[in-house]
Amino acid sequence: MSHTTVNRKPTVAIHKFSSCDGCQLAFLNLGEQLLQVADAVNIVHFVEAGAIQFDTPVDIAFVEGSLSTEEEVERIHAVRQQSQYLVTIGACATAGGIQALKNLHDAHAWTTSVYALPDYISTLSTASPISKAVHVDLELHGCPVNSYQVLSTIRALLFGVTPPLEQDKLCSECKRLGQVCVMVTQQMPCMGPVTRTGCGVICPRQQRDCYSCYGPAETINTHSLSQCLQETGLARDTIARRFALFNNQSPEYVKAIAQLGEST
Amino acid sequence: MSTRDLTITVPVLARVEGEGGLDIVVKAGQIEQLALRIFEPPRFFEKFLEGREYHEVPDIVARICGICPVAYQMSAVHAIESIFGVKTTPWIRKMRRLLYCGEWLESHNLHIHLLAAPDFLGYKSATEMAAQYSAELKRGLSLQHLGNAIIRMLGGRSVHPVGVKVGGFYKAPSHEDVRKLIADLRAAIPQAEALVRWTASLGLPDNHQDFVSVALHHSEEYPLNEGDLMSDVGLFIPISEYEQHFREFHVPHSTALHSLLHEKPYLVGPLARVNLNYAQLPLSVRLNVERTAVQFPSNNMFHSIVARAVEVHFALLEALRILEQYELPDRPYVEVTPRAGTGFGCTEAPRGMLWHTWTLDERGQVLATRIVPPTSQNQPRIEEDLKWSLEAMGLDHSDEALRLRAETVIRNYDPCISCATHFLKLNVLREG
Ligand code: SF4
Ligand code: SF4
Repeated sequence: MSHTTVNRKPTVAIHKFSSCDGCQLAFLNLGEQLLQVADAVNIVHFVEAGAIQFDTPVDIAFVEGSLSTEEEVERIHAVRQQSQYLVTIGACATAGGIQALKNLHDAHAWTTSVYALPDYISTLSTASPISKAVHVDLELHGCPVNSYQVLSTIRALLFGVTPPLEQDKLCSECKRLGQVCVMVTQQMPCMGPVTRTGCGVICPRQQRDCYSCYGPAETINTHSLSQCLQETGLARDTIARRFALFNNQSPEYVKAIAQLGEST
Repeated sequence: MSTRDLTITVPVLARVEGEGGLDIVVKAGQIEQLALRIFEPPRFFEKFLEGREYHEVPDIVARICGICPVAYQMSAVHAIESIFGVKTTPWIRKMRRLLYCGEWLESHNLHIHLLAAPDFLGYKSATEMAAQYSAELKRGLSLQHLGNAIIRMLGGRSVHPVGVKVGGFYKAPSHEDVRKLIADLRAAIPQAEALVRWTASLGLPDNHQDFVSVALHHSEEYPLNEGDLMSDVGLFIPISEYEQHFREFHVPHSTALHSLLHEKPYLVGPLARVNLNYAQLPLSVRLNVERTAVQFPSNNMFHSIVARAVEVHFALLEALRILEQYELPDRPYVEVTPRAGTGFGCTEAPRGMLWHTWTLDERGQVLATRIVPPTSQNQPRIEEDLKWSLEAMGLDHSDEALRLRAETVIRNYDPCISCATHFLKLNVLREG
C-alpha cells in the first residue's frame, strides 16, 4: 500500500457489527495519541466518533463484532468491496465472540420464548466470525484488542509490510517475564498453555488464571490441558465451559469442547 | 406554526455507543410518530449465563458493555455476595468505589469530549473540533486517561478488567503504583474544576421540562455502589423492591426493552444523580458549581453535560481521598461459600442505575438472572424529550435543523445501545 500513500493521507474506516463496543475503545481510549492518529490518517467512517461515510473506499477497514443478522451479512460484503485491507479486531469479529454461544442452542426458540413481539426481532440463528462471509486480510485477537495492536497494524500496513503475527503461547511470555506460574504454584485452572500471547500476561500478573480471551495459539494441545485440569479435580463440563467462552467458535476450541462432551 | 408534513429519518445515529436510528413523522404541524429505533442485534447474555459458575460471572457480564464493564461487574458481585451472605472488608469496599471512580472518569470524559461537545460547538466530530479547541480536548482526553489508569491499576486493563472477583479482588495494588497515581490525580484537580466551568459556559439550549429523576441514594455518601432507590416524587425503596414499581415492556421498533416507573417515563444518569444527591458532593465541588450560572437540581435536560463534568470532579477527588489513605491489606479478598438463593445488586453505572437480580443453586451455578441496563430505562424518556424538544423548538425549522436538534437530544443521554440490547427476559415481569 505504501505507493498509494505518497500523494494523500491513507484512509481508515472502523465498522461495528454485533459486539460490546469494547474493541473500538482501542481507538477511543488512545488519549492524546488519538489526535495524532487522526492527523496521520484520514478516518472516513467511524460512527461512534462521528464520521459517517459508509460508501467511501478506504485503505484499511477495521471490523469489530460478529455477523448475526441478514443485514450484517449484506453490509460486510459492501465493506469488503470498498476496502483494500480488511482487518478484524477482537474475538467477536475473529471467532464469533461470546454471542456465538447461541450457535450451540436454538436461538429462534429463545427469541420467541422471551420477546413479546418475536416477529420484530430479526436475528440469524448463529453469530459468525467475519471470515465466514468474506476474505479477511488480518485478524487481531483479543477480547478486547488493545491500542498497541491496532496502532502497530496501521503502522505496518502503511509501510507496506505485513504486521508480525503473535501466535506464541501465553506460557512462553509468562516465562520470559519471569512470572510465577499460577497453575503449578496455586493449582489454578489456567488456560495459558492453549492461549495466544498479545495481552501482556494480564491475568497471571494479577495473580489469577488466564481465561483465554485471546483465543488459541498455534500448535496447541487442548486434550492434554483438559486431562491436566481433570487431574486437579475439575469436572469435564466445567473445563468445557472454559473453552466455550469468548473464542468458542475457534476450530481448536470447538474440538476441545466436543471431546470433553464425549463420555469416556 | 407551519402545517407542512415531513418525515425525518436518521438511518444511523453518530456518536452514540451501539447502533440506533430515528424516525419522526410530522402531519399537520404535529408529531404523529416518533421512534428511537434500537436495532442492535440481541446478544442473549442472560441465556449464556445460565449454568455458569458464580466465579465466571464477573468476566462474562463485563462483555455486555465495553464502555462500562465495571458497572456490570459491581452490580453482579454485590448480588451474588448477598446470596452467599458474604461480609467484605472496608478495604474491599473502598477499592470497589475507587474502581467505579475510574469508570466514571473514563466514560464521562469520553462522552463529554468525543460524543457530546461537538453538538454544542457546531462540529460534526471531536477531531474536527480539535483545530480550535485543542487545549480543551487534550484536557478531556488526559482526564479520560486517568480513569483508565485507575481501572488498569486494579484490573490489569481498562476494558474488561480482570481484577474483580466474588469476595473482593485478585490482587492488591502496590504502594508504588498508588503513589504514582496520587501524583497524577492531584495535578489534574484544576483541570477538572475548569472542565465544569467550561461545560457550563457552552451556551446550552434552554430546555426546561418536567421529568422524574431516579437514582440511588446513600445516607452517608454520594452514591456509586450502594444505596436505596429514590426519585424526586417520593419513591424511596430498597433495591429488592424494584420490580414492584418498575415495569419493562417490548415495543416493535426496538431490540431494547422500555421501562416505566409507575407507568411513566423517568430519567436515570448523571443529571438524575446530581439532582437527587447534590448535597452530598464535597464542598469544593459545590463551590466550583456555584461559580457558574448553573444550579442543581436543574430541569434543563441539557445540563446533563454539566452534571457529568461535576461527577468527573467528584470522582477525581473521591479517588484521591481513597488513595491517600491506602494501606496494603492482609489479603485482597474474603473466602466465599456458595449457597442457593436470590439476590439483588444495583449500582450507578456512568449512564444511570443498573439493576440486577441473580438466582443461584447451592453450588453457586446460575439458574436465572435479570439485568436492567440504564439505556432501556431512559428510552421512553428520550422519546418523550424528543417530542417535547422538537415541538418547543418549532417544527417549521428546516429538516436539517430539526434533525440536528433531535440527534443532540438523543446524544445528551449518552445512550449505550450495546448494553441495552444484551437481551432481557419478559417472563418475570408483572402483568401490565
Ligand atoms: S471481542 Fe470482546 S471486547 Fe471486542 S467487541 Fe467483542 S466482546 Fe467486546
Ligand atoms: S491472561 Fe488470558 S484471559 Fe487474561 S488478558 Fe491475557 S489472554 Fe486474556
